[in-house]
Amino acid sequence: MRELFHRKLERTALGFVFAIIAAASVGGIVEIAPLFTIDETVEDVPDMRLYTPLELAGRNIYVREGCYACHSQMIRTLRDDVERYGPYSLAVESKYDRPMLWGSKRTGPDLARIGGKYSDFWHVAHLTNPREVVPESNMPAYPWLAQNELDIEDLDLHLMAQQSLGVPYTDEMVENAGRDAYGQASPDTDFASGVTERYGERTQVSTFDGVTTQVTEMDALVAYLQVLGRLTDAAYQGTAAEELPPDASN
Amino acid sequence: MDVEEVDPVSGRKTTGHEWNGIKELDTPVPRGVLIFLVVTHLFALLWWILMPTWPLGTTYTKGVLGTDQRQRIEEDLAQSQTARSQWTAAIETRSYDEIMADESLMEFVRASGRQLFGDNCAACHGTDGTGRFNYPDLTDDDWLWGGGAENIAETLRVGINAAHDETRVAEMPAFGRDQMLDRTEVRQVALYVHSLTNPATSTPQNATEIQAGREVFLSTCAACHGEDAGGSQEMGAPNLADNYWVYGGDMQTLITTIHGGRRGHMPTWDERLTEVEIKTLALYVNDLALEKR
Repeated sequence: MRELFHRKLERTALGFVFAIIAAASVGGIVEIAPLFTIDETVEDVPDMRLYTPLELAGRNIYVREGCYACHSQMIRTLRDDVERYGPYSLAVESKYDRPMLWGSKRTGPDLARIGGKYSDFWHVAHLTNPREVVPESNMPAYPWLAQNELDIEDLDLHLMAQQSLGVPYTDEMVENAGRDAYGQASPDTDFASGVTERYGERTQVSTFDGVTTQVTEMDALVAYLQVLGRLTDAAYQGTAAEELPPDASN
Repeated sequence: MDVEEVDPVSGRKTTGHEWNGIKELDTPVPRGVLIFLVVTHLFALLWWILMPTWPLGTTYTKGVLGTDQRQRIEEDLAQSQTARSQWTAAIETRSYDEIMADESLMEFVRASGRQLFGDNCAACHGTDGTGRFNYPDLTDDDWLWGGGAENIAETLRVGINAAHDETRVAEMPAFGRDQMLDRTEVRQVALYVHSLTNPATSTPQNATEIQAGREVFLSTCAACHGEDAGGSQEMGAPNLADNYWVYGGDMQTLITTIHGGRRGHMPTWDERLTEVEIKTLALYVNDLALEKR
């Protein structure tokens, strides 16, 4: 019977084509179908803030240097993960991550909640030469970050790209992208206040690499690392950890 | 439409197709492979029924086992909490002295404190707590903000120059860079401070220089570091008369420090760690220092 069915199918060209299409599309459907309801999967939190231009630049450097190859940004719903790194990651926390940097390999520790855990000074020393602060470390050194001046001229274009992907940057933010990037790394200038005005009081405005005379790639990367896990408090509040009941929206 | 031609050698049917005189056999899939395929499909079917699997528009199939990862992690955490509660409850309620007197509790502190220290503190202070590269050694008996478990717990809670509302604040001004002292004065003070712990520094030749440095010290530095350079734990001003240094006590480092100032940073752990964890860590760090002595 089995043989008969298969033989029959095999010899009906059109039928076989449809059978192949149906079988091959299962994987696609399973991955794509949930995206139609993604709005209901992502938690709704009012305090979620955007990456500042400087942090976004840092994020681009994070991608450029391939940090995601060794560091994940995803605390899984496992006891070991939660006890070591803190509350498990929520979907909303990577809402504005385009692309997401969850990663799947941990040669180094997870970085989803690294923000605020160590000082700027530590990050700078560590990125310049990890062995200086952690003798056991096998992370490569990135000394050029402190020397490379950050290209802040084209940051407005980066913001516009994010804007077109649905990240709610306002036109004012786009317009001031370069100024805000400079201001966030230069606390004593007139540009600093604009950053907190546009991105919220909790935005960290500091010299990051300790050098005020220029904005370097180090400034950007440290600014980005220091905001990881701090865009929203949702994960720390019991309420948001509750999954949105799926029937509530019906 | 079947081709009923049998291959004389193997005794199997052929497909009827011929290439250069070779006919293709129509051999069925081996039984073992077939069974494996069927079993995996059955397993998948079973899994669809047991576990959450299929998206259905605004919801998804929940599965009869009712597994939910978030619920499970909450349960896991609650379970581990219960397992530890016999120690954590004691640590939470008892005073530092009582805990330190209880050897079995201290054993727990040493075990779980080591984990906490490794995850949170070792990046700066080193896995053994001896510090390096401008991070204080926690195993000596010299403390910037006071030793003892209670003081350590407070430092952990609020941090130093940190983002906490009650943070401890300590900053050494940049006397040279901000032109509060000129170059000679910076050198003189450095020489004086150096001579406090290195008697060999004072020679008859530089006695006047050291005396001048002492005068600058008394008028400029003593407000925080004290007239005897013994420091102040209320202000987080280090003792300069002992031989423990955070940034280094050689002449070059001293001049750098006086010229450019220092502003250490210890993050606040108030939100990141629970009260019990902070207490455990404080006891662990205090114990590290005790053990070394």
